[in-house]
Amino acid sequence: MSWFNARRRRPVAGYAALLLGLVVVGLLYGAFSSTGGSAQASSPGPSQSDINTGKDLFDATCSSCHGLDAQGTTQGPNLIGAGAAAVDFQMSTGRMPAKEVGAENERKPVTFSAQQIYEIADYIASLGGGPAVPDAQQVSTAGADTALGSELFSANCAQCHGFAGAGGALTYGKDAPPLTQATPTQIYEAMLTGPEAMPVFANGSISPSAKRDIIAYIVDTRVEPNPGGFSLGRTGPITEGLVIFLGGMGFLVIIALWITAKRRDPRPTGME
Amino acid sequence: MSDNFDVPAPLEGVGGWLDDRFHGARGFRVLMRKVFPDHWSFLLGEIALWSFVVLLLSGTFLALFFVPSTTDVIYHGSYVKLDGIRMSEAYQSTVNISFDVRGGLLMRQIHHWAADLFMAALIIHMLRVFFTGAYRKPREVNWLIGVGLFTLGLLEGLFGYSLPDDQLSGAGLRIFEGVLQGVPIVGTYLAFFLFGGPFPGNDIVPRMYILHVLLIPGIILGLITAHLFIMFHQKHTQMPGKGNTERNVRGQPFFPYFLAKGGAWFFFIFAALVLLATFAEINPIWLYGPYTPVAISSASQPDFYMGILEGSLRMMPAWEINGFGHTLSLSVLIPALGPLGLIFGGAAIWPFFEQWATGDRSWHNINDRPRNAPMRTGIGVAAVVFYGVCWAEGANDVIANKLQIPLYTITWIARVLVFVGPVAAFFITKRICLALQRQDRETLLHGYESGIIRQLPNGEFIEVHQQVDDEARAVLEAKTMPALLPAPGSEDENGVPAPSSRGALGKVRARANRAFAETIAIETNGHHGNGHEGGNGHGPAVEGGHPEQAAVGSAAAGELPAGGNQKDSSDS
Amino acid sequence: MSDMEETEGAEGPLAPRRVIGTPPPTPRLLGSTAVAEGGDAGQVSDETGGAEHSDEVLVGTVSDERAKRVEKIIAGCFTFAFIAGCGFIAAYVGLEVGSNRLGHGDSVIDAALRSNLALGTSLAVTLIALGLGALLWVRYLMPDVEVTEQRHDLRSDPKDRQAFEQYFKEGASNSQFVKRPLVRRTLMLGTLPLLAAPVVLLRDLGPLPGTSLRHTVWSPGRRLLVFGTDTPITAAEFSVPGSAITIVPEGYADDSDALTKATVTLIKFRPGELDIPTRMAGSTLIGTMNWTVDNIVAYSRICTHVGCPVGLYEQTTHHLLCPCHQSTFDASIGAEVIFGPAPRPLPQLPITVDAQGYLVAKSDFTQPVGPSFWERG
Repeated sequence: MSWFNARRRRPVAGYAALLLGLVVVGLLYGAFSSTGGSAQASSPGPSQSDINTGKDLFDATCSSCHGLDAQGTTQGPNLIGAGAAAVDFQMSTGRMPAKEVGAENERKPVTFSAQQIYEIADYIASLGGGPAVPDAQQVSTAGADTALGSELFSANCAQCHGFAGAGGALTYGKDAPPLTQATPTQIYEAMLTGPEAMPVFANGSISPSAKRDIIAYIVDTRVEPNPGGFSLGRTGPITEGLVIFLGGMGFLVIIALWITAKRRDPRPTGME
Repeated sequence: MSDNFDVPAPLEGVGGWLDDRFHGARGFRVLMRKVFPDHWSFLLGEIALWSFVVLLLSGTFLALFFVPSTTDVIYHGSYVKLDGIRMSEAYQSTVNISFDVRGGLLMRQIHHWAADLFMAALIIHMLRVFFTGAYRKPREVNWLIGVGLFTLGLLEGLFGYSLPDDQLSGAGLRIFEGVLQGVPIVGTYLAFFLFGGPFPGNDIVPRMYILHVLLIPGIILGLITAHLFIMFHQKHTQMPGKGNTERNVRGQPFFPYFLAKGGAWFFFIFAALVLLATFAEINPIWLYGPYTPVAISSASQPDFYMGILEGSLRMMPAWEINGFGHTLSLSVLIPALGPLGLIFGGAAIWPFFEQWATGDRSWHNINDRPRNAPMRTGIGVAAVVFYGVCWAEGANDVIANKLQIPLYTITWIARVLVFVGPVAAFFITKRICLALQRQDRETLLHGYESGIIRQLPNGEFIEVHQQVDDEARAVLEAKTMPALLPAPGSEDENGVPAPSSRGALGKVRARANRAFAETIAIETNGHHGNGHEGGNGHGPAVEGGHPEQAAVGSAAAGELPAGGNQKDSSDS
Repeated sequence: MSDMEETEGAEGPLAPRRVIGTPPPTPRLLGSTAVAEGGDAGQVSDETGGAEHSDEVLVGTVSDERAKRVEKIIAGCFTFAFIAGCGFIAAYVGLEVGSNRLGHGDSVIDAALRSNLALGTSLAVTLIALGLGALLWVRYLMPDVEVTEQRHDLRSDPKDRQAFEQYFKEGASNSQFVKRPLVRRTLMLGTLPLLAAPVVLLRDLGPLPGTSLRHTVWSPGRRLLVFGTDTPITAAEFSVPGSAITIVPEGYADDSDALTKATVTLIKFRPGELDIPTRMAGSTLIGTMNWTVDNIVAYSRICTHVGCPVGLYEQTTHHLLCPCHQSTFDASIGAEVIFGPAPRPLPQLPITVDAQGYLVAKSDFTQPVGPSFWERG
């Protein structure tokens, strides 16, 4: 009997087969599924074929909520004039396609490839214009004035996103998300297009160079090490208070219990 | 047992020199022998004490580098992210301490963590003293000193974290000024005098500085000294136990035991603070940025001990009264004065209120078990719940963000809970206390279940109960039965009405007295029956026959029959 | 192997062993300070003499071998503390921070982190080792003694109280304080101004508020500047609906005192969304569509609750949310309060455009800005 047949009927054989099947399916899936990603430097102008492919993708996926002409329905807003930047932001962060109508859209795994996102963005841009996807030079933080960026961030962004970009609560269950994962392009696009509850910071009020300064501040802050130890979430005194009670007092109470615990020495023998 | 050795000559020489001038031997003789009872909860106040010492040490270091000035400067220091930003000298010096002074960041963090620990330990210590009734005669003055220390500590911390003039604490100062401004009649004057003009002005940082490093620590130091001296002189209370009476103290002597333990405790507290300062970042002011009245961050909260004020400000609905050219802003005044006034005022009055209600003027040197004072424990827990609800509401935006609960929902829950919670907590706690008292009584009367099952000759299985040992018995029996004041309208044999229950106030007092006196009497004579006193309509105890005791014999329950069956329980 | 343990004490050898799940023979209730196992080892002397009397009773001993073992451990702790303490000094000397740091390639923050970790860890280890050594010393090296001390009466001896009363009366009558009301009363009169002096001396702490809380620095024609870049803005530059930006008055961009009251939030609405009713406070106009430019409206940024900047603008709901205490204002209807403790809407700044097209203020706010105060009315 071959090696394989000798062991075919062992209990562990079933598990091994299952494991093998999972690995194979996983590999196949990984090989054939698209990998999402944010837009890179923009291609030199949309071609008509891009726009057509984009329209097909749009009709297949997005039109159910946004309407066949992107005019909007009760479930999704009008996208005419929204611009390529808005599409790229929403789709490259995975917010679109939305999971649920009406709920706040959060960052989630991306469904489309970067090329597909570009095509849809080109199609939407062809319908009514709107802000374009920024190129690499526009979001480059080389030579940015981080100090000015910090002032602008404090005045315009921190009230929602927190002083270090850790996020914050809005009304009616909405949240301003943490800024730990957004790419410079996505940050630029968000400022430019004002997704969902976020206000618009158009180039007239925050110039492109000021936007770069803000991006530099955000990127610098989120990679900055915490010299004082663990950051406790960068949300301020709330977590500090928790730590002092649970950590500080808790540890000390345990020590106090030890200091005053009864001793169990043997009794004295004879007279001392 | 003492070893034989000679006291070294230099020590004897110095000792003699001092004694010639100060008769130290007598005082030190008493001190060295002084007894400190040993219970872990008695060490909580010392956490506050040693934290204060750490605050003084680290604060002195920081004061050598900090510049208490609001003069504007442009930053060109080591922390390049802020290069070119306009900031105050106070902020700049704090950034310098953090990044340019060796050990500066460590000291800043030790200082801030020690302040937090000081306040946390104060709260826990105060709760311990409250729930064990250690504030009763003769310790009322010490309790008041403690309440005073709590208030001063709050102010000291507020001024301390506002000194660096960063965005977070500056927003807190702005809120402080806005509240001050809203005080009727004198509010605007108070605000302008404190800040030297409109907010923020240039005077507030230097003024807070001198309050923070000189005036308030001086008063705190004086109060701590008085607090310790009184405790020393009156001797510490002790927990109920065998051999502990109202007239003695048992424990280990000061020299060398308490000295060694106190020293060890100091090192551990200091170590805990240093560990926190090394591994847990606190108050990263370089991330907050310098204060500007233009900016604000989400999750802006003060340090935790101010959280109750923050929560009550968030909880309060809009309410303002305008009339005759004046404005009374109750949405600011009620949160500012209400919760703190209730907690601090209530705490200050409590020992006297309890004395008035119970008529108890005797000395108490043995602590109460919380369950034996259901009224006090219930009201204490209600106060804790009230404090906790206000405190949690202060963090409502962080809770909304992390737990995904809508913001307004949390506020509405807090608005309801702040009234309902304490009342419910009072009732539940009181019932739990009374139930625990009943359980204690059962244990005293019938012993505890030993887990040993015996079969009686007639086939019945019983579980053998064992009497508690002497130590536990002493603890269970250490319960003072509250005395009842005469009921309103009652008269003595000469027809003279009871003075304590006369008039409207007397009736209130009588009702309070009844409430305080509600307790379960302890019995140790083994009688079954309706042995309740002072209760309000408690039914008779459900005590049927106890066959295990009847079968074993009427001698002390728990005495096992000879024959050694218990040794049969296997040893494997 | 069982979990039973021998009970010690009064019950003697006939006492049953403890069964799993039952309380131990000496239940720890509140950590009573009763005597260690052994029943009668702690004799309490029952003196009622009123004086302090202490009785040291040896309750437990430490055997010599154990003492030697413990001594070695404690010595090890203290030696370790010494090493860690030297490490602290070495870390201080060796690790530079700030502009002095070695190898300027690494960042200031990394240097601070390194120094903090090194100094903090060594210091913590030193302290723990010292504390541990002291604790082991007292717990495992010193014999376990128990002392009982009598509490003395706190109330004074009646003789002392009588003497006090007598001396007090003698002294008081010698001083004639009671007998001579003229002296007494003029004494009190004489000291009264001195008592008032400290309060009087505080007058120069600050200026009187006067009417300063009623005005800000905004005046007709003063330009609106974008905070940070300090540049003026035209309506055309601020044309995308849903935009919001922080505004400071021209000439006061760095003046914190002025900015505390004068900061403004500028918001652009879609046509038809902005509908500010014309409102009066008494005879003063406090809000109107005439104060907007092309659906651009300017509201005071200072919350009417206790003065935090109300920066959080939600485009979809057009709510302005103050992050301090969650006062919420609806920007499309004149910043009316819709939730939270703020008692009044945010004041609206009248704006228009100047000759060059920049947004400017028409006038100052027509009502006091910021938190309420007694004289506001």
